[in-house]
Amino acid sequence: MAAKGTITIDQELCKGCELCITFCPEDAIRIADGLNARGVHPAEYVKQHCRACTLCAVMCPEIAIEVYRE
Amino acid sequence: MNKRETILMKGADAIGEAAVRAGCSCYFGYPITPQNEIPEYMSRRMDEVGRVFLQGESEIASINMVLGAAAAGVRAMTSSSSPGISLKQEGLSFLAAMELPAVIININRGGPGLGNIAPSQGDYYQATRGGGHGDYRMPVYAPATIQELYDFTMESFDVADIYRTPVMILGDGMMGQLVEPIIVHEREEIDLPPKDYILNGAQERPSRIIKSLILDTREMEEHNWKLKRKYDLMRTLLPRYEEFMTDDAKLVIIAYGTAARIAKGAVKRVRSNGLKVGLFRPITVWPFPDEAVLSLTKKSKVFLVFEMSTGQMVDDVRLAVSGRVDCEFYGRPGGIIPSPQEISRIIERYWMQKEL
Amino acid sequence: MKKIFSRPECLKPTPFHYCPGCGHSILHRLVAEVIDEMNLRGRIIGIPPAGCAVLAYDYFDIDMCEAAHGRGCAVATGFKRSRPECIIFTYQGDGDMAAIGTAETLHAANRGENITSIFVNNAVYGMTGGQMAPTTILGQKTTTSPFGRRSNVEGYPLKITEIISTLPGAAYVARTSLATPAKVMATKKTIKKAFETQLAGLGYSLVEVLSPCPTNWKISSIESFKYLEERLELEYPLGVMKEVTTEKGS
Repeated sequence: MAAKGTITIDQELCKGCELCITFCPEDAIRIADGLNARGVHPAEYVKQHCRACTLCAVMCPEIAIEVYRE
Repeated sequence: MNKRETILMKGADAIGEAAVRAGCSCYFGYPITPQNEIPEYMSRRMDEVGRVFLQGESEIASINMVLGAAAAGVRAMTSSSSPGISLKQEGLSFLAAMELPAVIININRGGPGLGNIAPSQGDYYQATRGGGHGDYRMPVYAPATIQELYDFTMESFDVADIYRTPVMILGDGMMGQLVEPIIVHEREEIDLPPKDYILNGAQERPSRIIKSLILDTREMEEHNWKLKRKYDLMRTLLPRYEEFMTDDAKLVIIAYGTAARIAKGAVKRVRSNGLKVGLFRPITVWPFPDEAVLSLTKKSKVFLVFEMSTGQMVDDVRLAVSGRVDCEFYGRPGGIIPSPQEISRIIERYWMQKEL
Repeated sequence: MKKIFSRPECLKPTPFHYCPGCGHSILHRLVAEVIDEMNLRGRIIGIPPAGCAVLAYDYFDIDMCEAAHGRGCAVATGFKRSRPECIIFTYQGDGDMAAIGTAETLHAANRGENITSIFVNNAVYGMTGGQMAPTTILGQKTTTSPFGRRSNVEGYPLKITEIISTLPGAAYVARTSLATPAKVMATKKTIKKAFETQLAGLGYSLVEVLSPCPTNWKISSIESFKYLEERLELEYPLGVMKEVTTEKGS
């Protein structure tokens, strides 16, 4: 059984490049409806899908994502 | 070599030996005539003392290697001649901007362009006006004897460290090749400011940055004014000159470097004919000893500037005297080395013309 | 819950100024992670380039010295010769490395200068606004090759990494890409290998990193990563081109 994990996204660092969404194998991330202070729709975590593979964080240019594993 | 002795030495070797004894850790340079004896001397000597000699792939690379060594906190030097010094201007501007110490030997040859390999003073503007881009100045020493070449090369490392600036020794092909007896001596230890800016790895201290990019215009302006204050301090403390028989001189010939040697011979000749003529020799050409030149106007009414160029330092003399005295010019560009007889004839001509 | 991914220690908590989806940001993090993991912070000196990454010193919490455009390897040489105990790396773009700085780069490599170059190839000039780079591929449109690069007018893309791999002074030469998570992780390993090469005193090490520039390629971030993998990697094949494992005598 795959590990269970979670991520946090610093939405103020996010520039909305969507790389995390593209590379997440679990569709656990999506674009938020709201805007951040930069004026972009940041990525947001859709809870309970994560298996802590870190691919989103590896590709995130802004180091906006931290990954936790159980 | 003993600690202090009198020996016959060629100009280029004197530069090299002075640098070694000043604690120069790294020499980077690229061959160009007429200064090849400097890298040749350094290649042997630096190896002997276990320091760094590296022939760069170009003058541009060499000056940037000097920059790296200076940022790493060691004493570094490069040498070149006119076309090569042109290539080094990028690095000089960066050194000035980053406030890094370095010593640059400039053995001036005939120009513009490739010109020739004979002694010339055609690079006075380039040397004294910074040469590279941006609002900066650089101390420039113009030795006239091999002893001075030795002494000022040695001293320039201290000046570079004190003011955190590149320093240039401006010689010419004659200075590089001339052989004279000189006293070689060790460097006198002096108190120098701590090198608290150097990069050697952020070990148990905050990380440091050495840079020249300042995008914020207010910060850039402040940096320019900070440099200006430093240059003002140099203008106060660094000017040097020699006066020869100026006390009763009605006419003063003003010349630097090799031209000053020739002029001194001419002054001696015309003095033997009873002409009251003296010599004023700027030793630092930046900062120019303008106050000393100005005070000469109190006793001498005619200045004759002699340069081995079409006239560059004459501008500095005219600025210094502000029209108070007649300021004439005689020049021999292109690598010509006029004789003392020729200069004494010019002096005699002006003596007659001005009815002195 | 255990934290398994976070900001490396030797990157300051400063948000990057780079464009969305820029490869520089990813690569900065990889270099910083390697410095942390190899515990090099107290002895490493970075030389950032002229170009978008000139502000690298705003992010890295290590000693850094700016170099004029193209002069990285010369400045690095000055550092390494005077402080051989330090680890010196240049971080250079394609113009810096393969146009204005070709001489400095090739000669440092050929001397076997014991330094590391991290060469970011995005086939375009970023900071100046999308002009042609020496590595711009044939047919690629830039603001100074508006009809697409033509071999008979603008010449061919320069493969400086291949050239350097032929030099006896080069000890480790490799090309990687940031196109996928696997390639990003491989890039990190390659950078580590390059620093290890320097630590072992084996000679010049070079890692060319193919990197996206969505802004100047004028495509989206997602498309730029596809272009990177489908077009750029075709022109610039990935892999280790040279690896020396034992020290040569003089």
